[in-house]
Amino acid sequence: MGVMKAITGAEAAAEAMRQINPDVVVAYPITPQTPIVEQFAKFVANGVVDTEMVPVESEHSAMSATVGAEAAGARAMSATSSQGLALMWEIVAATPGLRLPVVMSLVNRTLSAPLNIHCDHSDVMGVTTLGWIQIFSENAQEVYENLPLAVRVAEDPRIQLPAMVNQDGFITSHAVEPVEIFEDDAIRRYVGVRSMERALLDLNHVETIGAMVLPDYLLEVKRAQEEAMSHVFEVYTEAGRELTAITGHAYPFFETYKTEDAEAVIVVLNSAAGTAKVAVDAMRAKGKKVGVLKPILFRPFPYAAVREALRKVPVVGVLDRSMDFGAYAPVYSEIRNVLYDVDQRPATQSYIYGLGGRDIMSTELESVFDELLGGTVDPEHQRYVGLRE
Amino acid sequence: MNGVYEVRMHGRAGQGAKSGSQLLAEAAFREGKYIQSFPEYGSERRGAPTVSYTKITDTILKSHEPIVNPDVVMVLDFGIMRSIDVAAGLRESGILIVNTKVCSPEIKKLANFNGPLYGVDATGISMELLGMDTPNVPMLGALLKLTSIVSMESLEIVIREHFLPKIGEEKVQKNIEMLRRGYQEVFE
Repeated sequence: MGVMKAITGAEAAAEAMRQINPDVVVAYPITPQTPIVEQFAKFVANGVVDTEMVPVESEHSAMSATVGAEAAGARAMSATSSQGLALMWEIVAATPGLRLPVVMSLVNRTLSAPLNIHCDHSDVMGVTTLGWIQIFSENAQEVYENLPLAVRVAEDPRIQLPAMVNQDGFITSHAVEPVEIFEDDAIRRYVGVRSMERALLDLNHVETIGAMVLPDYLLEVKRAQEEAMSHVFEVYTEAGRELTAITGHAYPFFETYKTEDAEAVIVVLNSAAGTAKVAVDAMRAKGKKVGVLKPILFRPFPYAAVREALRKVPVVGVLDRSMDFGAYAPVYSEIRNVLYDVDQRPATQSYIYGLGGRDIMSTELESVFDELLGGTVDPEHQRYVGLRE
Repeated sequence: MNGVYEVRMHGRAGQGAKSGSQLLAEAAFREGKYIQSFPEYGSERRGAPTVSYTKITDTILKSHEPIVNPDVVMVLDFGIMRSIDVAAGLRESGILIVNTKVCSPEIKKLANFNGPLYGVDATGISMELLGMDTPNVPMLGALLKLTSIVSMESLEIVIREHFLPKIGEEKVQKNIEMLRRGYQEVFE
């Protein structure tokens, strides 16, 4: 049993970082991520962590310094949102190829323009092709637990890839909720100390990180990166099992809520999945069999397991909090891919919701369920929840 | 407790609607309740209208939606009622608490609400004791008197926890006095 604290999602991330006690943290403030590094800076100032916190002048420098520290052999972390992620994109893209297990909190906020500080997933969906492990969190509790889990998965010798832990800007990052905080010692033992294998500062085993690779070998390097990514499933499961021993919570690739006998299922990420569960309960009280599937591990994407979970569902609605203009929305694309290999494919419908922090209400999700159950789906055209025409 | 008890606070940035909402939630959390407290952010600038939500319940809160049908609406800034429909969705059985010197039929009209209205001179109390306009704490005192949703003791503990490192013992005492004054001086 841990201790219950009433804290925000941002504070939950900072608590996890305090317990992880990374060697180096480099970040630049940006709304709504700021309270994470603000809180962590207090831990540094008060001497409760041993971390070297590096103040920098931009996110590009933040990720550059994080990568430099990680290459040296440090356990380095960062945090950002939206435009901050956009500015550090160049280095974010380089990190997986350098095989550096950086762990970063991403507090999801819409990408400008129009300028808006609120939640959607357009920031993360712009980087899912870069080779980071992507983990999503419904609430502050999941944020807190996903961070140490991410450290273990990222740093595993079979993986050596960076990981991003996502939470919804403001909705999660600025909402106070009860969070169960486990013992410092238990979490510190769980994350352990980063191995100096491959560290530049291991002078007995001198090596190069970031060498130029010409056409003769680049394909092989990328193939090896994909091989590492494919091991994430087993490592995530193992690391999750060890974390369960501390927390009592399970760490599946995705969560299903009342999907077993469901005649319609909504697939949705992060905080809206919680609201969707409330909609499911309301629908079930009216005798309508519906459920929710919440992806947690988004990269790598667990295609086979999601396929099994959705195989017998007659109709699946996929809610995306970002768009891919002129193409299927990101989560919808994955679910379409998942279902291709099913003999009797479920009908599907894509929905766009919650852009730029637009509220998503459980009653709106009930309407989505009604539409799915009514069978009037149009898989080729996305619909918009709460759009004013 | 049946269902979720929901409190919505309207104010202007700088008046403490966010921290008021959080203090209330944390007091309920101390008493073993499940809670959520979150503000609605616009562009953050002092004086702009703000709204903050507190949900209190006996079972885990899964929903992250804002409060649509509150049990209580608290208005920290009288003038805000001219531009914001503060009583929108307020339940028939719900109550409206306004930071005001007098409760008049005009306020009900301004708020477009026919249910029970209560007033407390939260600005007056705050000006008298702190010399600044932070009506959130006296407003919470009024809420305690009218609803007993949390105990005075829990709220005092939470106020101490929050404010002691920031403003010191003397001002903590003043805040606790503001809480008690709000409790005593709320009127119909």
